[in-house]
Amino acid sequence: MFTYTLRRLLLAIPTLLFIALAIFLLLELSPGDPMADMPLTIPPEVREQMRLALGLGEAWYIRFGKWLYMFSVVEPSHVLANMTGIESLAVEGQRIISFQSRSPVADIIAQRLPQTLWVVGLSYILGILIAVPIGVYSAYRQYSWFDQLGAFVSMVGFSLPTFFTGPLLILIFSIWLGWFPIIYDTTLVVDSWHNLGLQIRQMAMPVFVLTLYNAAQINRFMRASMLDNFTQDYVRTARAKGMTERVVVLVHVLRNSMIPVVTVIALGIPTIFTGAIITEQIFRVNGLGQLLIIAIYASDLPMVLTLSMVFAILIVGFNLIADLMYALLDPRIRYD
Amino acid sequence: MTDIATARPPRNQWWDVWDQFKTHKGALVGMIVFLFIVFFCFVGPYIWPYSATYIDIRSRNQGFSFAHPMGTDQLGRDIFARMMKGGQVSLAVGIVAMVLSVFLGTMIGVLAGYFRRVDGLLMRLTDLFLALPLLPLLLVMSMLFRQPLASIFGVETGIFLLIVTAIAVTSWMRTARVVRGDVLALKEREYVLAARSIGTPPRRLILRHILPNVLSPVMVSATLMLATAIITESALSFLGMGFPPDFPTWGRLVADGIDYMQQYPSRAMLPGIFISLTVLSVNYIGDGLRDALDPRIRGR
Repeated sequence: MFTYTLRRLLLAIPTLLFIALAIFLLLELSPGDPMADMPLTIPPEVREQMRLALGLGEAWYIRFGKWLYMFSVVEPSHVLANMTGIESLAVEGQRIISFQSRSPVADIIAQRLPQTLWVVGLSYILGILIAVPIGVYSAYRQYSWFDQLGAFVSMVGFSLPTFFTGPLLILIFSIWLGWFPIIYDTTLVVDSWHNLGLQIRQMAMPVFVLTLYNAAQINRFMRASMLDNFTQDYVRTARAKGMTERVVVLVHVLRNSMIPVVTVIALGIPTIFTGAIITEQIFRVNGLGQLLIIAIYASDLPMVLTLSMVFAILIVGFNLIADLMYALLDPRIRYD
Repeated sequence: MTDIATARPPRNQWWDVWDQFKTHKGALVGMIVFLFIVFFCFVGPYIWPYSATYIDIRSRNQGFSFAHPMGTDQLGRDIFARMMKGGQVSLAVGIVAMVLSVFLGTMIGVLAGYFRRVDGLLMRLTDLFLALPLLPLLLVMSMLFRQPLASIFGVETGIFLLIVTAIAVTSWMRTARVVRGDVLALKEREYVLAARSIGTPPRRLILRHILPNVLSPVMVSATLMLATAIITESALSFLGMGFPPDFPTWGRLVADGIDYMQQYPSRAMLPGIFISLTVLSVNYIGDGLRDALDPRIRGR
């Protein structure tokens, strides 16, 4: 197990390096010019100097090497220094600067992260909390009306795109009923019960949209996994020993069918960050997804590259965690 | 002679599949709805008098009427006609992207499963693609190659090719994995051994013996892929990274309608309903197909 973990961790490094290179080269082909927004009256030689100032003068492999160093050494050290409050941890040197705002990329990401984590993370947790009991019960009472209804709702939740459910909710709850605000207010500080209420109200719609989607997906896996286990021999044995249905379902079957579901949940965590791009756009939540869209529109290459890389690290990391959890939870699986 | 009379007449196995498919109510309804939508989008424009791009500024922002069943937009274009045109594009993108993606996935899956020498390499490639942040990458790709492709093939064809390829390149991995797993199991069967022992070359072995047996998982993943491709295209159009503004697709129509959400809510809702209905019906068809193609369930 330990050697397997080590091997996977070592294998993750070339994978990530390759992804970084692929995204970098893709952006390198980009016809989008970060100087395109500058006035046309700027003389060509000044324009060239401005390009050099942005660090665009050198060959691509030198810039890639520099970016890699900044991304893996300088920026993490600054993040660490900010988190611990120990200034001496920060490594001296050039930081990754956004073309748009001329401030370090890591700082902007740190500003945007709380909104995404709150809205999207909460909806993921809620989705799990709703999906698991429904999946268990609809598998237990297969083909009952509850199961049929659950299957229909999860099919709908799975099929409706968020850019349809989002505007629909806005129409009903913001325009007709006027309960929730259309635009997410990031400056709101939760320091009183009143503000907490405001915060809950502005989070309600995006969280609901994402919860529906997440719950629909997890519910399908939960139900299928429960159904697989109900036909196993150990369930009959447990019943034959005279255990109550409660113990059979909630202890024996549930624990065994959680194994694939837990890995599905772990695999879905990176999509918390990437998958909410559209929802954030609809509800004007200024989180990471919206940051990426703005950066793409403005051909802010350092920002796009860094954000994509952060997403890639999350995906690779949680893939690894899912595999390891599978081995930990299921004693039948041994990777050695 | 008597057992011939009692035995059922020989029949194509697809009739069995169809019989099982018919018992799945949702799938049957889904197929009817899907066929209706396809008919609406591809035959409708030949019957409907208005063009999707005809601007009649004097009759703008009209409500539902007999002449314009879904009203007109801010430039007086008939929304009913725009819905047909938008559906054509969305469905065409979905279907072509699905075909490409399933072809790519099946080919890589079969190669990886059949030839051990390329298995490791192809599966690492699949893992690599699965680790990519797909939606950001799609957005970046459609931003980067928009201009060059549009200048080579013209705006419409160029962007069509771009979006279809981008969706296919980022979505083949699941099919490849499923197909590889099945091929690995099929390869060890006796009939493959028998075919090989009489000297069947690998190419014919794959085409004649292996591919027909992986057809059912491929068909199921094809329907699911169609649904995903339609949603992805709409999402790209919605974010303004898809087709140009004057070119209606369902996603684009939703995005345009959101600006008029307060005054004319139907303008964003109608294309949204069409997308949702299409995806829902395709997903139900996939569900029914999975049951119908599974010989363990069929005939029960």
